[in-house]
Amino acid sequence: MQRSEIHSGLKAYLSRLSNLFLPLSVLVLLIVINLIKGADYFSFTMVKGAIYGNIPNILFGASELVILSIGMTLVIAASQGPDIAIGAAATITSAVFVWFVLNAGEVTLLTIVAAFLISCVAGLVIGVFNGSLVSILRVQPVIATLILFMGGRSIAFMIDGKLSPIIANDISNQIGTVIPGVPVQTPIILTVVFIAIVAVVLKTTNLRLYVESVGINPDAARLNGINPKKIIFLTFLIMGICTAVAGFIAVNKAGRHDSVNLLKFIMMDAILAVAIGGNNLSGGKFSITGSIIGAYTIEILNRTLLRLEIETETIKAFKAVFIIILMVVGSPVVRVFAGKVINRIRTGGFRSVLKRSATKSVKEE
Amino acid sequence: MSENILLKMEGISKSFPGVKALDNVDFALRKGEIHAIVGENGAGKSTLIKVITGVYEEDAGRIALNGMPIHFKSPKEAQDMGIGTVYQEIALCHNLTVAENMFIGRGQHTFVQWKQMTEKAAQMLDSLDIPASPTQELSSCSLAVQQMIAIARAVDMDCKILILDEPTSSLDEDEVKKIFDLMRELKSRGVGIIFITHFIDQVYEISDKITVLRNGALIGEYQASVLPQIELISKMMGKALSDISKIKKHEPLKSDSIVPVYEATALSSAAGVRPFDFNIQKGEVNGFVGLIGSGRSESARAIFAADKVTGGEVKMKGKKVKIKSPLNAMKQGIGYLPEDRKGDGIITELSVRDNIILALQVMKGFSRPLSRKQAEEFSNQYIQKLSIKTPSINTPIASLSGGNQQKVILARWLLTHPMYLILDEPTRGIDVGTKVEIQKLVLELAEEGMSLTFISSEIDEMLRTCSRLIVMKDREIVGELSGMDVTEHDVMSMIARGGE
Repeated sequence: MQRSEIHSGLKAYLSRLSNLFLPLSVLVLLIVINLIKGADYFSFTMVKGAIYGNIPNILFGASELVILSIGMTLVIAASQGPDIAIGAAATITSAVFVWFVLNAGEVTLLTIVAAFLISCVAGLVIGVFNGSLVSILRVQPVIATLILFMGGRSIAFMIDGKLSPIIANDISNQIGTVIPGVPVQTPIILTVVFIAIVAVVLKTTNLRLYVESVGINPDAARLNGINPKKIIFLTFLIMGICTAVAGFIAVNKAGRHDSVNLLKFIMMDAILAVAIGGNNLSGGKFSITGSIIGAYTIEILNRTLLRLEIETETIKAFKAVFIIILMVVGSPVVRVFAGKVINRIRTGGFRSVLKRSATKSVKEE
Repeated sequence: MSENILLKMEGISKSFPGVKALDNVDFALRKGEIHAIVGENGAGKSTLIKVITGVYEEDAGRIALNGMPIHFKSPKEAQDMGIGTVYQEIALCHNLTVAENMFIGRGQHTFVQWKQMTEKAAQMLDSLDIPASPTQELSSCSLAVQQMIAIARAVDMDCKILILDEPTSSLDEDEVKKIFDLMRELKSRGVGIIFITHFIDQVYEISDKITVLRNGALIGEYQASVLPQIELISKMMGKALSDISKIKKHEPLKSDSIVPVYEATALSSAAGVRPFDFNIQKGEVNGFVGLIGSGRSESARAIFAADKVTGGEVKMKGKKVKIKSPLNAMKQGIGYLPEDRKGDGIITELSVRDNIILALQVMKGFSRPLSRKQAEEFSNQYIQKLSIKTPSINTPIASLSGGNQQKVILARWLLTHPMYLILDEPTRGIDVGTKVEIQKLVLELAEEGMSLTFISSEIDEMLRTCSRLIVMKDREIVGELSGMDVTEHDVMSMIARGGE
């Protein structure tokens, strides 16, 4: 009894791991490429008691993307479409943050915390706006969020009141870089804390079961007492918090609020992170772990291309090629084929199957 | 004689990892014959069809078409040889016209010749007596007509053999009749038709021959006219029929003396059912009976507030309560197994475990998840209790057979320990064995004190289980029948009289 329980637990764990096969193998591949380029990839240096190096840089650089990918995963899972306004939304919340800090007079930790909380409220308001459109008015998420995607940065600019206000104070600086005496950069710590909070929420509530049920079959969910509208609304509220946190990190990193370029096009990377993480973009079952790995993968990819000294102008083309390969390898057709090959290798008689499954895998779908 | 044989299969075997789906099965189809293949879920019907149509390759055995040995490697090859297939789920494009649906994707021409296509479609619709116009959008046709168009499409491929896989499962009686007329017409033209269905009555109405499969093995081929129905069922189930005849409904309860578990007055919903009064006693099994569209499902949905409740008063055990949403109903101790299992019941990609615990979990609340251990315990308990066949509790429910999916939904509601459980078509589209199990379970639950409302299109099933029948017609209750000796005829005549 005991043993079989452990066995089934292990099996479930392995099957979950197999869903992460794609993002993990890409991660490994990228690291290998980097190691070939230079064996010093993992090396790090200590500057004033803080750790710097490739890995810390990746963790540092990906913070906002990781946080936004978590929100994106939930939104896509419940409402079967992405929120494309996250960059603009984070620009608004961070504008609110900066506005409060600049108008507060002397900057203390309390001001920063208060400013952050107010920016969270702004995030929630944005969540209410998008969430109402999608859940109550049943507008498709892409269309609903297109509104803020277009108008959001202008709103942020109006809040700023002038071009790129600068926030130069010690606390902001420490949030954006490193707190003296702490060896790890602050955005990394904030990201880890955020992930931990999400993990606790998932563990102590039925968020996963509700969101997945609503994403797969809203009618059936309703007949089991779940209110799909409320759940979709909730995911947009969570997304609102995610944008506030991401905006908070981004603006403190930058030291000024650039409403035109802050987190520009990050929704593309966030959607991509969700996809690389093995999540179905038409909603339903989701893996936040996958999305997080996806987000770090994208960051590593960006930095790898830089490290390979590809010109900045052409870097996007290389990125695109890489992503095409990734999508093809991860596509259901290839997966079915790979599954068959593996199965046949296990049972022996490899050659006959290659021939067969090549003609059959497509047909049986 | 032998030149009449269109298709002959001998000693067909097919295995999948872990299962022998077909074991040494013989099958023969003659010209102008309607041949039913019957068996419970997992009997091997679909596998046999897929071998015939080239989707699967057989592991062993011989297939001959018109006496010529053949070996299909793909469905396309089978189609080219004149084997047309129509599946249960209509595989047509709803937003294209009838003519487009009949011809597109199979022309030899790069460019579509619209005019020619429309003419040809009109001709064909006419000759097969299908009431549709070639330029009409498919979605504007009724389900039956869509199904007929799918058949017409298959037949036009110069078809000698037509395979119909559950073509009638989503149709009502009149529509089934139309499909049958079409099948008879094709039969008279010499087409050999393989007919797969769960409806035993339909097998007898239309088939010449019946082939019975069970657990992948051939039980036998029979002449439909000489095989008694009861014997056929026992061949399919592989056990004697005493089991079915043992199902005995309970005596009707004396209703006036006790406070009903559930009582509604002038209940109405946005789905358009007329305000109705309804009640059920502790331990009673009753049912809404009527034709499709009579409002029997709508009434059940109104009780559970599955559709928006627009009026009426509800009492549970004599106490007035407000039921405005499914969650309200669940909290009052009402469970509801919906008619549309795929659309409203199962959460396809979620595991059997999650599907079982869903309703209980929702009742417990958002912030109080069951522990993994508890969830597994509950699931295993009901998997055992209802003998649900699943590889593991982590298997997605979509990969279970229809009957087992239905049992999972049943388990979901039983786990909430409802006072009152509504079962809308719990036995539709599932095999005979599971049907009998569910009927038995209903009576057992009633004996333990649960109240149940049972709804089924198969009237004999309702007569067997319900001690009180509420007869509906045109979205209105027209009468009530109770007693041990209610017959199908009583119900029919009440429906007929009810309209006046």
